[in-house]
Amino acid sequence: MPHIALPEGLPGISAGFAFRPETAKPMRDLAHTLLHEANSLTPGERELIATYVSSRNDCYFCQTSHGAAAACHLGGDDVVRRVKTDFESAPVSAKLKALLAIAGKVQRDGKLVTAEDVKRARNEGASDVEIHDTVLIAAAFSMYNRYVDGLDTWQPRDTDMYAQMGKHLAEHGYLKSSRE
Amino acid sequence: MPHIALPEGQPGIRGALAFRPATAKPLNELVEVLLFGPHTLSQGERELIATYVSYLNDCHFCQSIHGAIAAAHLDGDEELVKRVKADFQHAAISEKLKALLVIASKVQRGGKNVTAADVEHARSLGATDVEIHDTVLIAAAFCMYNRYVDGLGTTQPQDEAMYRERGKMVARTGYVKGSKEYLPTEAIVREGETHAAHRTA
Repeated sequence: MPHIALPEGLPGISAGFAFRPETAKPMRDLAHTLLHEANSLTPGERELIATYVSSRNDCYFCQTSHGAAAACHLGGDDVVRRVKTDFESAPVSAKLKALLAIAGKVQRDGKLVTAEDVKRARNEGASDVEIHDTVLIAAAFSMYNRYVDGLDTWQPRDTDMYAQMGKHLAEHGYLKSSRE
Repeated sequence: MPHIALPEGQPGIRGALAFRPATAKPLNELVEVLLFGPHTLSQGERELIATYVSYLNDCHFCQSIHGAIAAAHLDGDEELVKRVKADFQHAAISEKLKALLVIASKVQRGGKNVTAADVEHARSLGATDVEIHDTVLIAAAFCMYNRYVDGLGTTQPQDEAMYRERGKMVARTGYVKGSKEYLPTEAIVREGETHAAHRTA
């Protein structure tokens, strides 16, 4: 049971959002800009970064919903599973691997990111905005994951629900709930 | 030196916010609601939670600036801020705030560490559901802001007087109004503004 009286029937972060619309708005806007709006990294690549960080933080709701969104963008969940288990051998670009290495360090502590990590990403073609957004996606999911778990939100084990949620997120982004 | 080409002369998070106005807007709006807007917890109490979490995450810029903002809200009591960081259980703060700081410190390590007993304890000392929610979210949000500031290798001055002066200013103006100083005008939040108004730089 959630730690506070969250609206019933809403899974994961959507219950926190419904409980406190004033904080939901900037949190939705941030996710929308980072993951969904047009950018030189594809939405699928950015969802993979979010999924990877959520997996490292062991947040079931976030890694499953963003994993479903990534699978929807990328046409299958095999790459999602492989990024979570061992991204260096996953079928993703060398640039994305370098960015995932940076994200993995930010997940533990921002100070772990080295000039060498950044140089590797840049050598593989990453721009400053892509490096910035990778750091901020990893940092932001260090927030979303703690928010979802820290309130002890309802995180159902329901594959179909996450598949539907992933499709909605991939198609419409983050500004509104799929139930609105 | 920062890992990417951030605007010069803007320390800590300000350089990162100025680099990417599209993400600066929601980042400033979130901290404004959590730490500055109307609330049953005082601004000083909320800044103490932010300072404590930033201290646990060892982020020099964030713990210094939020510590200074907290002190500015608390009649300049810098000793109290130091005491909260070193040993909040023996600091001159309410029992309710101590219970909320316990929750915040658990969220800092990982949200799943928060127990029903932690929440029950806070509630028995008068904490409301919104106060518990916001404590969890302040702690979670500072796990983001701290990683953002450190992960980009931003400039983090060791100048206490600078933090003290800026702390006083932010305590007066808040985060959104204060952002006018370093953000391009189109990125500043206006009443009733729609999503369409902000676009990737």
